[in-house]
Amino acid sequence: MKKNTRIQFLGFGFLYLSIILAVLTLGAIIYFITVNGIKVISWEFLTRVPRHAMTQGGIAPALVGTFYLTVGAILFALPMGLACAIYLTEYSPKSSIVNLLRMSINNLAGVPSVVFGLFGLTVFVKFCGFGVSILSGSLTLGIMILPGIISAAQEALIAVPQSLREASLALGATQWQTIRKIVLPSATPGILTGVILSVGRAAGETAPIMFTAATFYTRGFPHSVMDEVMALPYHIYALMTEGTFPERQTMIAYGCALLLLFLVLMVSGLAIYLRQKQRKYEFV
Amino acid sequence: MMKVSREKMIQSLFGVLASGSLIFLLGIILILFQQGLPVFRIVNIFQFIGGQSWYPTADPAEFGILPLILGTLWITVGAMLFCIPVGIGSALFLHEIAGFRLRSILKPIIEILAGIPSIVYGFFGMVIIAPFLQNLLDIPVGLCALTASLILGIMAVPTVCSLAEDALNYVPKSFREASYALGANRWQTLTRVVIPAAGSGISTAIILGMSRVVGETMTVLMVAGGAAVIPKSFLNPVRPMTATIAAEMGEAAVGSPHYHALFAIGLVLFLFTMVFNVVAELISRKYRLKLGLGR
Repeated sequence: MKKNTRIQFLGFGFLYLSIILAVLTLGAIIYFITVNGIKVISWEFLTRVPRHAMTQGGIAPALVGTFYLTVGAILFALPMGLACAIYLTEYSPKSSIVNLLRMSINNLAGVPSVVFGLFGLTVFVKFCGFGVSILSGSLTLGIMILPGIISAAQEALIAVPQSLREASLALGATQWQTIRKIVLPSATPGILTGVILSVGRAAGETAPIMFTAATFYTRGFPHSVMDEVMALPYHIYALMTEGTFPERQTMIAYGCALLLLFLVLMVSGLAIYLRQKQRKYEFV
Repeated sequence: MMKVSREKMIQSLFGVLASGSLIFLLGIILILFQQGLPVFRIVNIFQFIGGQSWYPTADPAEFGILPLILGTLWITVGAMLFCIPVGIGSALFLHEIAGFRLRSILKPIIEILAGIPSIVYGFFGMVIIAPFLQNLLDIPVGLCALTASLILGIMAVPTVCSLAEDALNYVPKSFREASYALGANRWQTLTRVVIPAAGSGISTAIILGMSRVVGETMTVLMVAGGAAVIPKSFLNPVRPMTATIAAEMGEAAVGSPHYHALFAIGLVLFLFTMVFNVVAELISRKYRLKLGLGR
């Protein structure tokens, strides 16, 4: 073998190795968590409240809490993010303010999640007086997923062909009518994909809700948006670091991790599927 | 007339909503300064950044965050040692070797890896990786900088991989064809033409991966070990900045020096990640100009 060919062989070998490693880690995470987690999953686990210092019963309040927090975050971030994306792509007067907005969106996307927690603690929990509650947690999570929603919506809006807008404007429609009746309907699948991915992110985040919404144990289900809640990701953390029965708690944490992993994989799988379907449609 | 004013109104409404992200960013900066600065009434800024001991609850309390900064640094370096080769290697594989079919399977896998919540990575690290490394290396505790680096490295792979792959895709085909025409083989073309041409895009990918590692909270909180001492080796437990905030916020009394010190750590952390983002943005802007992609 020539020297160059040998180097190429080794080099490509390294590339194979790295992709195999990346795929293997995903496989390992799914395998270990499924094998151990499946043992504790039962109907009771999904529908009952915890008993006996978290070692028995179910984790239903945590599921419900995560559901409320996620829905709240989307309700807050979707209108705002969509409006921002529409402003930037449809109205966007080419000015310095637009550049400023772009920069702040990029920077907001890079802020560490625990810093969002500090912000939520100061503004929503303390200053607004919402206390440790679903409301505070949802708003904090909402701000965190806002940049993601904006960029997904922007991408979807940019993908709408310019000719559609021009045709609508040529027929005498105003800009708002064009946006509402022409641009938004064709961008909806793309926007939806972004929203679904954000659902996964909001459901799985722990640091922003640690000081703003989550608690280790509630007796039952939350009754209003001002209640503090159990949440699936925080529950995993609490089970692993607090309490008095580490071994039993680890098994329950396996169950919670499996549920969370399952939820998030379903959600991101759905988003990826939708996007691929849509791409095919666009290219044909 | 009615129509025109309505259009204007709608536009300004969207403008106001659009400024949300700017307002939140400014709000975060404001809060971090407002809540963080009071700690400097007790320690001066050099004692805070350079101080070697973090005993926030001792009497008298000591607020030196050097051990925490070094904890973050060690873990970041360790994670990068793992995720740069694997992330970029995977990107090169997707770009150079994988065919259309294989790529359409592998790319979603990488994306799913990116979507797994950090708490799941942390849990996985705690129950699987830490005991495994403890047995393998025969060390007293598995929860240490090495474990945290490994897990964070795995977490940053998808970020680095997808951004680096984007950068590779931007390299014009003509570059590669010119290289083949000169008789270079695929590996030579890849290492001497394609990678240098995508260089700034790849560095952006690495910087953003680093930014993710520095800001990651739950994973390091669970697997880094949590000792606020200056690390001597990768086998020492460490307590990075994010983990310190998350672990101690619950116990710090509102308005106490400890409380303000945690916000000041948040400020340092925020500045770190902001520098990363700005640098990444500057590089990618320059790079787009270089390849003639405009903007």
